[in-house]
Amino acid sequence: MQYGNELAINTGKNMNDNSKPVFNSYKRFDGLRVAITGGTSGLGLALLREFLRGGASVAFVARNDERVKQITLEHPGSHGIIGDVSKKEDIYPIAIQITGELGGLDVLINNASSLGPVPLALLSDTECEDLERAFQTNLFGAFRLTKALMGSLAASAREGRGAVVLNISSDAAINAYPGWGAYGASKAALRHLSLIWDEEHRVDGVRFLSIDPGDMDTPLHAIAIPDADPTTLKRPETSALELVEAISSALSHSQTKLLSKTKFVVEAREAVNK
Amino acid sequence: MNAATIPIQRPTQAKLLVIESKGGIRHALRKDFIDFLRPGDLVVANDAATLPASLMGRHQKSGADVEVRLAGRASLSPKDINRFTAIVFGKGDYHTRTEDRPLPPVLTDGDILELGPLCVTAEQHLFNHPRLVSLRFHDEPDMVWSVIARHGKPVQYAHIQTPLALWDVWTKLAGVPVAFEPPSAGFALDWRTLTAMRERGIEFATITHAAGISSTGDAELDKLLPFDEPYHIPQATSLVINRTLARGGRIIAIGTTVVRALEDNATKNSHVLSGDFMATNRIGAKTQLQVVSAILSGTHASYTSHYELLRAFAQDKTLERADKELESHGYLTHEFGDSVFIEREGEIQKTLKLF
Repeated sequence: MQYGNELAINTGKNMNDNSKPVFNSYKRFDGLRVAITGGTSGLGLALLREFLRGGASVAFVARNDERVKQITLEHPGSHGIIGDVSKKEDIYPIAIQITGELGGLDVLINNASSLGPVPLALLSDTECEDLERAFQTNLFGAFRLTKALMGSLAASAREGRGAVVLNISSDAAINAYPGWGAYGASKAALRHLSLIWDEEHRVDGVRFLSIDPGDMDTPLHAIAIPDADPTTLKRPETSALELVEAISSALSHSQTKLLSKTKFVVEAREAVNK
Repeated sequence: MNAATIPIQRPTQAKLLVIESKGGIRHALRKDFIDFLRPGDLVVANDAATLPASLMGRHQKSGADVEVRLAGRASLSPKDINRFTAIVFGKGDYHTRTEDRPLPPVLTDGDILELGPLCVTAEQHLFNHPRLVSLRFHDEPDMVWSVIARHGKPVQYAHIQTPLALWDVWTKLAGVPVAFEPPSAGFALDWRTLTAMRERGIEFATITHAAGISSTGDAELDKLLPFDEPYHIPQATSLVINRTLARGGRIIAIGTTVVRALEDNATKNSHVLSGDFMATNRIGAKTQLQVVSAILSGTHASYTSHYELLRAFAQDKTLERADKELESHGYLTHEFGDSVFIEREGEIQKTLKLF
């Protein structure tokens, strides 16, 4: 891993200061810069906590002013950003705050999601506006924000830090569930967007993941299926742990070729110092 | 030259004037820019995103409307955001040319300016100029970032009729928001171009340079440009630059800010070092370039600091011939205008200690 003590593993030296030994007490995500949309409840909040626990710097984006302030207060070291990813005008202010406050970006998690019509509706009963809302949040919001942050992500990849975009998907992106038309269609589009983007940017070292976290006990699920038995649902913390591992693995993957480069950096520095 | 008035970053018909190292001048299309590069060249661009550096506000003491344009910062650190060099204009907006904008009310040390929900303090005049002040923000860094992000607008230009949005001025490579005006030479690059470069064996790297304000509309202030500008050179970039120089490859700068940063770095160090630095240099006819072999830049009118920088690449008589070509072929100038690609006349100085 690049973050925390990766260089200790490879060279026994800290890249920034050749004289300083690196201690093993470093947390695994020290120095990692993560942004999460929809970070004030459910899966987003669980991801925020998991990355903070690992020592990462985390920015999160949500619409509700009070909730953002409260979560920021409760989670020292987090950066709360008020914004609505479904609104075109909000995207650049959000992107500026993410990269400005974190000083760059290594991991983007497009987690904010809209169900479309609530309660869920059959497609022929779905208002166009509700379908649009699902696509604005789940597809266009994720597309716009990712595009605005692509420069930062690619810079991280060039610097050997690795860069990963995780788009939260759903089994409704693949299976045709009656009543889940707006949500399912928008998530299917997001999934395909992720796959194509991954093909296009793999060569730049920016990886895209599309993962279905499973049916979780979250506010979104409660709105969709109010009478679901919570004991049959996954805890968002469990899903968050799985997603963090997937991101961690994708990060090391996107760094694989760069680790050999790191070795070269150290050799080159030593040559200069002689 | 006429100003480009439509904010399109890559018009398909954008022109490119190529000034070859032996003084030859050719006309081309900018979309064919990479045809003038060679395998083994290293292209270096500035990946700074542009801040919405223009903030409308009010001078508390007099109640007068002001426009503040943030123009400089001491470092690129995310938390070092409480003090800016800024240019203050009086009433009005970008529809009036900056040359014709009224002065702000008389600002004395400690005067409060209300910018959106924040109160900032004008702490001192710089260079005794009524428009140029040091501004202090008193709030936490995240609060300052949010107010700039939500309340600010990108610096506007009188020659562009429609208001510019951030998506008009962010390059495709835009990363951390530290530039005060767009590093507009980078408009030429998109992901397709980067892919094509890779396929041809042309390498690519970036620096982050807080491009300052390009002109203030005030002759006295413009003489002080460019202000000191902080920049960051990633380790991967310094490595590939030194490696390219060591094997005799060319460094191609996308824009004047890249030239300024790399040459500033090389004159202060024995080779191009990675890390955070402050560019304090001025590049002109007398500068011996040590790193950069060629530049892609906008077209610039003579007597601007950008034009001065081009004089380090080509002799005055070559640039004069180029000016005539730009005029007679209807090249457009300013941010969204046409471009020049200038190969340095003669070899670059081989004074660096390379490995």
